[in-house]
Amino acid sequence: METSAALLCQMNRSLLLKILSAVIVFGAWEIAGHIPVSYGFPTFLESMSALVSMITDGSIFTAYLDTLRPLVIGLVISAFIGIALGLWIGLSSWFDWLFSPIFIVMQAAPLAALIPLLVLVYGIGLTSKVFVVCIMAMPVIVLNTSGGVRNAPSNLKEMGYSFLGTDRDIILKVVIPSASPIIFSGLRLGTSAGFIGAILSELKITPTGIGDIITYSRSIADYESMYAAIFSIIALAVCFLNLLERIERTLFGGNVRGYASD
Amino acid sequence: MDTHQTSNEHGVAGTPAVSARNISKTYGEVEALRNLTLEFPHGQLTSLLGPSGCGKTTLLKIIAGLLEPTSGEVEVNGRPVTGPGPDRAFVFQDFALLPWANVLRNVGFGLELRGMAASEREAIAEKYIRNVGLAGFENSYPHELSGGMRQRVGLARALAVDSEVLLMDEPFSAVDEQTRRKFQEDLLSLVAQENKTFLFVTHSIEEAVYVSDQIAILLPRPSRVSEIIRPQGLRSKDVADIRRHPEYLDIVDQIWDSLRSYVE
Repeated sequence: METSAALLCQMNRSLLLKILSAVIVFGAWEIAGHIPVSYGFPTFLESMSALVSMITDGSIFTAYLDTLRPLVIGLVISAFIGIALGLWIGLSSWFDWLFSPIFIVMQAAPLAALIPLLVLVYGIGLTSKVFVVCIMAMPVIVLNTSGGVRNAPSNLKEMGYSFLGTDRDIILKVVIPSASPIIFSGLRLGTSAGFIGAILSELKITPTGIGDIITYSRSIADYESMYAAIFSIIALAVCFLNLLERIERTLFGGNVRGYASD
Repeated sequence: MDTHQTSNEHGVAGTPAVSARNISKTYGEVEALRNLTLEFPHGQLTSLLGPSGCGKTTLLKIIAGLLEPTSGEVEVNGRPVTGPGPDRAFVFQDFALLPWANVLRNVGFGLELRGMAASEREAIAEKYIRNVGLAGFENSYPHELSGGMRQRVGLARALAVDSEVLLMDEPFSAVDEQTRRKFQEDLLSLVAQENKTFLFVTHSIEEAVYVSDQIAILLPRPSRVSEIIRPQGLRSKDVADIRRHPEYLDIVDQIWDSLRSYVE
């Protein structure tokens, strides 16, 4: 009973801390808007009322329908292909030699400079935007997965082989579970990079969705709506990352409990 | 399972369960083993003892089928070794437990890899968890156990697959002194009860003399078996009296004399 009470207390405390930090940030925003720091910087409450009016007239939902399409397609492609490629690169040194440099270059390349090239080849439609999301999200997923797989403890693999595991057993029952924390951290980083890619593509290729709200409201000096749109996309990204963490916990609970070497 | 039983019947006490013939192993320029020949009698515990770098673990891993010898061959009950097999089980120095799996799954992991159904392997795993004294810890994770308990899990996993040959690579070197003494006593009763052949790598002279029916002294540069010692009167003694027995003390001294010059 005492431990559960302590746990509840701890949960309340972490919730309290979250609320407190939100209050501090939004309070600072509100004050900065009142000073004002700049003519183009609305207060927190003005931005929120703009957000509420966008929600009530439904315009933000139609915008998200446009933004989420390339984002979700790009993230799903990046996750599946990225993890598969990462596994392969981590398991075979030949594949590593062949593909690793591509993803290292992709990760290092300034994306904005590549967008004109993409538009030239794939036009200004959905395809280009999906590509931008993939270029942002995939390298970190591939590199993390391959790194996690490559560094799977060799003593555990040896143990698996000595107890007659096949290559497939070793990959499924030893390598992937031991790499899962690193794979999931790659997915989280990839997801946040994907959000950046989706917004960047709407600002740089064709203004649609949230990117459209941001550029349009800036051009007509409706800064409240602009900040409301930015705020909403950040909030959505945070929710997405929390969801990923939940998935990881249900799939690989034992890993979160710690390591034998701790 | 049938093959286990028939080969157990084939093995007669005193005949070699494992024989290594003319084993050489080189890693590039480094010569780990040169032309090593050694026999391991059935139902007995043979220690491989020697200074570090003499190739004890390499030899054990070659017998396990985890490493391939550069030349020479290993036979287990007359069958040549080409890789890991159901007749051998390994106990690792660093335990090699899956950190994300609880004790029950770790102990049953060898059976899981052999494709045994979950309910069946869990029943077997539970039995061996009781045997090594870990009843009640089935749902604990490795990080929640002490070093000694982790190695009991490693031992239970090796026993659960019911192999004729148990390969132990410095199994007690990562546990504390008191736990190690208890393990050594438990090992003696295990050798007495189970009709298994034990290959035991150690760097401790006292440990080797205490637990072994046969001690093979390996020397480095190049690695070879320099001596085979068979303590005669220690097995019949009570575990508490072995360390006071004159033969025990003599053999410890004798081994140290021959090893002394190889230790820097």
